[in-house]
Amino acid sequence: MAGNKRKIQEINAGSMADIAFLLLIFFLVATTMSNDKGIMRQLPPMPPEDMELEDNKVKQRNLMLVFVNDRGEVMAQDGRDQGRGQNFNIWNPAESQRLTEKVKEFVLNPSNSEALPEMKEIELDLPDNKGKIKYLESSGVVSLQTTRNTNYDTYIAVQDALTRAFNDVRNQASISIFNGREMKDLNDEEKAVITKAVKIKISEAEPRQKNKK
Amino acid sequence: MAVMKKKGSKELPPISTASLPDVIFMILFFFMVTTTMREQELLVTTKLPNATQVQKLEKKSLVSHIYIGEPVKHMQDKYGKATQIQLNDAFKTPQDIGNFIAAERAAVEEADRAYMTTSIKADKGTTMGIITDVKQNLRRAEALKISYAALEPAK
Repeated sequence: MAGNKRKIQEINAGSMADIAFLLLIFFLVATTMSNDKGIMRQLPPMPPEDMELEDNKVKQRNLMLVFVNDRGEVMAQDGRDQGRGQNFNIWNPAESQRLTEKVKEFVLNPSNSEALPEMKEIELDLPDNKGKIKYLESSGVVSLQTTRNTNYDTYIAVQDALTRAFNDVRNQASISIFNGREMKDLNDEEKAVITKAVKIKISEAEPRQKNKK
Repeated sequence: MAVMKKKGSKELPPISTASLPDVIFMILFFFMVTTTMREQELLVTTKLPNATQVQKLEKKSLVSHIYIGEPVKHMQDKYGKATQIQLNDAFKTPQDIGNFIAAERAAVEEADRAYMTTSIKADKGTTMGIITDVKQNLRRAEALKISYAALEPAK
């Protein structure tokens, strides 16, 4: 009776929790939370070495100069300023926003001013064969200059203010092209259209040497 | 008899721990999914700057990291306090970036190479000189997509 139906002994699962704890602690120690975020930038390709350096001249009105010096002072100057830049204290949120607004106005040229960049009409292909749309692309370039002793923290704060301006412009473009939808509500293909319409044009010159000998 | 029975029912039954492993496993899986393996030991301290307009780095395996900052305490007696560049797990000069990028590129499938990003994790206190040297070398190595690692300030 009891002989052919041998009872299988139950495995003790009491230590299961300990094993799971062990694994858990291993993973806690050996891994890191990924919080990798950053300001994305595309560097310009290096010109070939045999190419002669010629100044590819950008028209004065299409250029905005942003200069950050050793002491972390920020100066911005575009066609409206007639050779006299405006100073910004980048650590003051209101002034940082003022810089953003200045860049935005420079890029968009809302008043069609002679001192601000030319706007060129370009044609954009809409995704899903929805035809083409015309958009006024700005020829404005922001030239960001630093010295070798400029603090990285300040530099990132300025980059942040500039990026904010370009992101706002993109948002506006998105709203006008995609009927009131903001950039964050677009899908990847639609985002690509906006990125093509509003390119982040920040040119970074080599840092100024302090003592030119 | 009746008295005995009453006494028995008054005792609290022990809490069953049978579901404890399940709970722990659940936490374990959570950590396995949300975290990534620590790749290298940091030899420099990097206090990242703050920025609001940050974008998330997408494919982890396609990101190469360059750490720039002051050496950590136990490396300071050997290297001093001067800013160092850490590639993989050693201090390098900006000129080594070309080889570093080439090695990173070789480890990635050809189809994915266009999506490779270099993340510059530099300390707040760094000066632009070293950052520019790094950037110039990245341009030379044709690693043009970069990301300046930054933290979003807490709201």
